[in-house]
Amino acid sequence: MEKPKKILVLGSGAIKIAEAAEFDYSGSQALKAFREEGIKTVLVNPNIATVQTSHVSADRVYLLPITKEFVKKVIERERPDAIALGFGGQSALTTGVELYKSRILQRYNVKTIGTGVDAIERALSREKFRETMMKAGVPIPRSMSARTEEEAIYAAERIGFPIMIRVSFNLGGRGSTVARNMQELKAWLKKAFAQTSVHEILIEEYLEGWKEIEYEVVRDSFDNVAVVACLEKLDPMGVHTGEGTVVTPAQTLDNFEYQSMRSAAIQVARAVGIVGECNVQFALDTKSRRFYAIETNPRMSRSSALASKATGYPLAYVSAKLALGYRLYEIQNSVSRATTAFFEPSLDYIVVKIPRWDFAKFEDVKEEIGTEMRSIGEVMGIGRNFEEAFQKAIRMLDIGEPGIVNGRIYKARMSKHELEEALRARRPYWFLYAAKAFKEGFSVEQVERLTHVDPYFLNKIRQLVEMFEEGKRGGFKNYELLKRYGFSDDELGIGKRTNKIVVKQIDTLAGEWPAKANYLYTTHDGSEDDLTFDKGKHKLLVLGAGGFRIGVSVEFDWSVVSLVNAARKYFGEVDVLNYNPETVSTDWDVSEKLYFDEVNAETVSGIAKKEGIKEVAIFGAGQIGNNIAIALKKAGLRLIGTDARSIDIAEERSKFSKLLADLGIKQPEWAVARNKREVEEFVERVGFPVLIRPSYVLSGTRMRIANSQEELERYMRDVHSNHKGHSVVVSKFMKDSTEAELDCATDGKSIIGVTMRHIEEAGVHSGDATIVTPFESNATEKMHDIALALAKALHIKGAFNLQFVISKGEPYVIELNLRASRSMPFSSKSVGINLIEYAMKGIYQSFGWSGFYEPEHKSFVVKSPQFSWSQLRGAYPYLSPEMKSTGEVAAFGDSLHDALVKSWLAATPNKVPKKGVLIYGLSNVQSLATAAENLKQYAEVYTLANAKINGVEELSMENAIGMLKSGGIDLLVTDNYMKETDYEIRRLAADLNIPLILNGRLGQEVSASFSRLSDGLTFKEMREY
Amino acid sequence: MGLDEIGLYLENGLQIKGTAFGAKKVAKGELVFSTAMNGYPEALTDPSYKGQILVLTQPHIGNYGVPKPHKDHGILANFESEHIMVEGLVISQLTFGSKWNSAMTLDEWLKKEGVPGIFGVDTRMLVKMIRDRGSMNAVLGDVSKNDLEFEDYTKINFVEQVSTKQPIIYQNKNKRKRIVVVDFGIKHGILAELYGLGYTLIRVPYSYTADKIMEYEPAGIVLSNGPGNPLLLDMQTKTFSDLLEYKMPMLGICLGHQIAMRALGYRISKMKFGHRAINKAVVDMHNGKAYITTHNHGYAVYASDMPKKEIWFMDPDDKTVEGTYYPDKKLMTTQFHPESRPGTNDTKFVFAMFKKWVG
Repeated sequence: MEKPKKILVLGSGAIKIAEAAEFDYSGSQALKAFREEGIKTVLVNPNIATVQTSHVSADRVYLLPITKEFVKKVIERERPDAIALGFGGQSALTTGVELYKSRILQRYNVKTIGTGVDAIERALSREKFRETMMKAGVPIPRSMSARTEEEAIYAAERIGFPIMIRVSFNLGGRGSTVARNMQELKAWLKKAFAQTSVHEILIEEYLEGWKEIEYEVVRDSFDNVAVVACLEKLDPMGVHTGEGTVVTPAQTLDNFEYQSMRSAAIQVARAVGIVGECNVQFALDTKSRRFYAIETNPRMSRSSALASKATGYPLAYVSAKLALGYRLYEIQNSVSRATTAFFEPSLDYIVVKIPRWDFAKFEDVKEEIGTEMRSIGEVMGIGRNFEEAFQKAIRMLDIGEPGIVNGRIYKARMSKHELEEALRARRPYWFLYAAKAFKEGFSVEQVERLTHVDPYFLNKIRQLVEMFEEGKRGGFKNYELLKRYGFSDDELGIGKRTNKIVVKQIDTLAGEWPAKANYLYTTHDGSEDDLTFDKGKHKLLVLGAGGFRIGVSVEFDWSVVSLVNAARKYFGEVDVLNYNPETVSTDWDVSEKLYFDEVNAETVSGIAKKEGIKEVAIFGAGQIGNNIAIALKKAGLRLIGTDARSIDIAEERSKFSKLLADLGIKQPEWAVARNKREVEEFVERVGFPVLIRPSYVLSGTRMRIANSQEELERYMRDVHSNHKGHSVVVSKFMKDSTEAELDCATDGKSIIGVTMRHIEEAGVHSGDATIVTPFESNATEKMHDIALALAKALHIKGAFNLQFVISKGEPYVIELNLRASRSMPFSSKSVGINLIEYAMKGIYQSFGWSGFYEPEHKSFVVKSPQFSWSQLRGAYPYLSPEMKSTGEVAAFGDSLHDALVKSWLAATPNKVPKKGVLIYGLSNVQSLATAAENLKQYAEVYTLANAKINGVEELSMENAIGMLKSGGIDLLVTDNYMKETDYEIRRLAADLNIPLILNGRLGQEVSASFSRLSDGLTFKEMREY
Repeated sequence: MGLDEIGLYLENGLQIKGTAFGAKKVAKGELVFSTAMNGYPEALTDPSYKGQILVLTQPHIGNYGVPKPHKDHGILANFESEHIMVEGLVISQLTFGSKWNSAMTLDEWLKKEGVPGIFGVDTRMLVKMIRDRGSMNAVLGDVSKNDLEFEDYTKINFVEQVSTKQPIIYQNKNKRKRIVVVDFGIKHGILAELYGLGYTLIRVPYSYTADKIMEYEPAGIVLSNGPGNPLLLDMQTKTFSDLLEYKMPMLGICLGHQIAMRALGYRISKMKFGHRAINKAVVDMHNGKAYITTHNHGYAVYASDMPKKEIWFMDPDDKTVEGTYYPDKKLMTTQFHPESRPGTNDTKFVFAMFKKWVG
């Protein structure tokens, strides 16, 4: 096969539920694999927060929506001779298929490399998949496809309830569900048909209680096949793989089962025609030899990223090489560096992955795990035994649980009935309820009946409970044994005793070959380190951000990777500690050594002791780093950059406020109120609206704006019932003001920074706001002066982020983050610099200029949030000071509107309306009215009678709902919080995957920006702007 | 189960403490490791492990218990022989697991079979030691240091201990041709594959001469796998050379391959620590296709010691000869285990190719 000269790689766009940073990792690996061959690469991906959209791995980067129309523009401009579709999740595949079907690829002579489009269709169309499997003799569950409601009902009758309803061409199991009777089926059909792009569903035999097993397969174009990993899900069939707790290697399969399904997985890959990587999911009966193939993903997936990190086998890299025509055994095993990529890893350790949910941020969301993916991130624990790996993973979730026992749930008062309900409904982190149940005397059989989890795993949980309770009774004389099984000192509730960890390598070969592996984990279950440590080297340990959740996502991974690269200049060795399998920073190529382990004081000091590390960088890691800053200092470690005491001042509301007052810097008035009377006294003084939140929570959780006495009372009642006895922080909320931010790097005296503003007014969390650079305002100079004053006063060294509310031209400081911020990849890339690089420089050198330097803005850059409303079933969609988006996208342009329209369209499911717009609201009414005017040229515009916009046709609630259901509305524009009146409308729109604009100001700007679509957009490479 | 501490003593002086399970007994043998992650019922009953103490690298062993033996036409479907063949078992974590088809736990099985085990051991450390210093003789059990006596694995004829004493006939209803299987310690997986081809099998003791074998008028001959040092098997090498003259279709597997290679004059090397895994690559040198295969061998012929054209399969990592093919002699051999068990189903075609010759 002749090697292509220029390859177009499609990314996956914004981070959303079911499409997260794993595609940054796989895309980055693929780009690297292509670059090694001397092939030029062009990347289309609007996700500006990713590592891959830096020019580190791709030659040319286009921040544009991943749709047929936009990618066509890039093809016309770049004329690549090949396209790779397997590294950008479902978004890339879907767009690739469209490009092929509309013959755009053929017209421009762009060859699909790796798995071809016909193979993609065989894998993804339910009907074709079934046909292919039947022909290949691979067993599949009884099922029938349906294109109409009538067909679906007929199929259900033939197969018999309960049934599983699945949707074609869809990621994250969206729209798929279990129906136990005809009534449930009918209720779901509408939603299911609304969400598939091909209008085809599958009615399938529901395999209740069956085990789910997944294989990761690599196949070259000469039909050599290796099965790289086998993942066993603890949760049974019916729970989405993204929602499942997963262990690898598989623990309960015997040779016959393992090999039968492995052979079937190979048959699947062969029959579909995979070249590169795919995964194949199986259902296995727990009481017989029966198994079925369920589905295959003909591309890199979330589980393949997990499998790569779990085994040390670089699936994306190998897959990219296979796409170029290499044979498997012609590629080197880059971990062992002694063997080829044609082998199947053997693990002498256990890996457990647990999803990270974030339901607390949403109102009314149903807290149960099921067929649809709703988790936001995941964590992966590695240990020398299952118990150790599992308990590490539980701590990595960072939900305040110290392990399987002795946490909030373990100590809670729960009745037998409540426990049964939690287990039956499969509440998030069900295993904590299982541990609680065992403590309360449940048997393994009882818990198995409720959860359908293999008794093998339930027994392990029960044994951990017993071990802990026994230890507690005996004063933890079994301390060493407990440590071997992953109990932390916190979990045991005792002071620190010993910390006898050993460091082991992940070498893909269970130690069989001497590997030069730098991929490491620590364990208490071992007697020997795998390597010797050169303590003479000047080393830096960089902490990663851990598992993703709302507010912590790929942007922090960009910071960590940037930090590692920048730190090389100043250190002899830069090591990373992180535990998120979806990230680039946990790629063992990134650092000298990768410790895949917990990010907490116990682990950090253990590693530091082994390695002779004295310095730690926490500022790339988001809040998780700041949370352990003091503990690390106490452990004798030096934190590079800003001192922990300064961090403490910035994070401690009263200390920070005092500092601002001393420096004469304006801030919104605020107070700590211990009771309702004190709140009312404050409100009397400053007037409504006020911003209010419980004093002990972080990251905007439960933060709310109260506009009236009524809203205030409702909020206080809510706080009071949930968090009795806690004080609240209440501050003056400046209505109709603008929010602006600075992302900066400083050497303590001078600053390099980027000024940004939000389109939405203050009160919308900066992670949910649409952010624009440059900020053209008279206030910027004052903002810069404030930044300089704070940098000097707090001796800031390195990165920081400063947030303002601008009211009547005056900036008021609302928040200072002494670390890399969420927006830093955006601000950096918008002016073509890397603030993290400057942060490192600022720590060690003087910048050599004075004052605040802002690099020239040569273009407008807009960042839009990506929400996952449709996946968060039941959640009320609205914007508030509490962050709810899961990701972001951005675009460059020659004007605000040029950039905005591309950015907004890059977030799914956003589209320009063609049929009808429903627009209504009680606030930002003037903006909504302008938006309505703007939108009239694209679609019919309607409003709701009880929140109407003047001059627009009114609909009753009933009619509006009817129109939504019948497909007559394809954009909803509204503002603020009005759940009492419009919960049903917003929720229905989300369920139907209709684009939502939840802020009037944004509605006004976005609707105005649509005119650029006809006036002509700019399509340029990122650096050409 | 009481938690008795026992020791694992290595020839190089190293001693490791762990917890005893299985039978209370002292075991002696060559310490080897396998990286297979499951399939312990098959591995422990593989007669090729006779004389060896096995370290398993996957931490949790015993997870799904031990199944009830299942036989088809006298051939075991879920074990490789009637008994545990390893002398002792070394693991990290012992699990008292069970599943729908299991009859007992791993611990119960070892007790019943009189085989000692040790758990709570840093198996990775052992693997690295074996990898660096080579396989070595070891003693497992409750022994005082003064009573330690090591046996030299390479000097003992283990085949004698595991080969059948009397011929066994597996009559096939199809009454097709007969195949003589020379039992050096045969795995039932091989019997199952051959029986599945439709032949009647005659499993004969390893000491049978060519004349005795030919008395059965076989349509093909298979030389099985087996334990120990192939260089001790002079008589069998001679038998093979004699058989070669009949131009019978012949298949040699593992030890059978080594005997054939020795008879053809190639150098058999004792490997530093051998291949014991189910994830090993072999490349078919005829067409460039590659397969994932099961290996269990401590001796080998290296590609550098053999003409390239005779090599059928080669391990791309360390260039051991993993199979040879001589159409003119009607001889094919594999160093790996095409029957797997435990292991992949990728190379079952070897048996189909043999069938083409046998007819």
